[in-house]
Amino acid sequence: MTQTKGTLYKGREGMWSWVGHRITGVGIFFFLLVHVLDTSLVRVSPEAYDAVIGAYKNPIMIVGEIGLVGAIVFHAFNGLRIILVDFWSQGTRYHRQMLWTVMGLWVITMIGFTVRHLMLFFEGWGGF
Amino acid sequence: MTTTKSDALLPAQGIEAPRSGRIDPKYLRSGSSKSGSFEMAAWVFMRVSGAALVVLIFVHLAVNLLVGEGIHQIDFGFVAGKWANPVWQFWDLAMLWLAMLHGGNGMRTIINDYAEKDSTRMWLKSILYLSVIVIIVLGTMVIFTFEPCLLDNSGQLLESSPSFCQNV
Ligand code: HEM
Ligand code: HEM
Repeated sequence: MTQTKGTLYKGREGMWSWVGHRITGVGIFFFLLVHVLDTSLVRVSPEAYDAVIGAYKNPIMIVGEIGLVGAIVFHAFNGLRIILVDFWSQGTRYHRQMLWTVMGLWVITMIGFTVRHLMLFFEGWGGF
Repeated sequence: MTTTKSDALLPAQGIEAPRSGRIDPKYLRSGSSKSGSFEMAAWVFMRVSGAALVVLIFVHLAVNLLVGEGIHQIDFGFVAGKWANPVWQFWDLAMLWLAMLHGGNGMRTIINDYAEKDSTRMWLKSILYLSVIVIIVLGTMVIFTFEPCLLDNSGQLLESSPSFCQNV
């Protein structure tokens, strides 16, 4: 064991992953409230739905979508890590290694998603 | 500490664990109090719903954003096409209920953590529960009352209708 300053939890991986999990959870929750409202416009009229969903195709929103997916992917992978810590007999021993695995998988997933999302966006984009 | 073998640290047989009998019963996990079993169920639900949501949401994002034309394909006709298939109706229904209950329960935990005044906590949670119910009811009704083939005043199919409406 390496010598550690302060406590085992405060300011270390365990605390920061918890902060990240909490912030992404809240962010996704508020997105979902808005998302169900915008989807419900299909019951108003096709024009209303297409107009509002058109906003998702704006360059600024494209960046926002990458951020949203980044939040989901972190919350999902870290959530699976929490489940393993709770139920896998070796979970608490490897919680730190699993967090680095989560971060590594997050980077790989996000590179793939961002490249694909931007390519599709530029292919179909009509310009400003 | 010089001992490394964990056996050496275990209490000897016949000696009671420290503090036994001195813990207020309300902190013991063995007795079943009513709120205790609700919190336990909520804890299990967070994990079960979380595992299911990974699949539900990742497929949702892949189908809507990564295949075909991605974000540009999404319009009224796209939604109509998906919801013509009962599999996608139930997919979205499961995602809606699980995500709202999981997120709602997570928000409840966070309110309990930060809102210290009883009345503030009560207000915030009332608003939370109301929003969760409204969104779940609205989202469910939208999925099942959706009408893909809309007609204009003269009885013509709207342009935005998906192509399968021609055959109806
Ligand atoms: C930028 C990312 C997203 C896009 C473009 C998008 C797009 C859509 C579209 C087009 C629909 C209509 C039906 C369908 O396609 O199945 C829909 C419905 C839905 N989406 Fe998403 N979605 C996104 C992210 C999410 C996320 C992250 C969640 C979960 C947290 C989610 C949850 C839902 C739910 C529950 C419905 C059903 C709504 C209802 O019942 O009225 N979506 N989404
Ligand atoms: C993608 C799959 C998901 C997984 C694997 C997952 C997993 C988890 C887990 C294991 C917890 C911890 C519960 C506890 O500490 O008892 C949690 C908390 C939470 N989740 Fe999720 N979740 C997912 C999706 C979502 C979605 C879609 C939302 C929002 C609608 C959300 C919002 C939250 C919130 C607000 C918390 C509470 C955070 C806290 O107490 O610090 N999660 N999640």
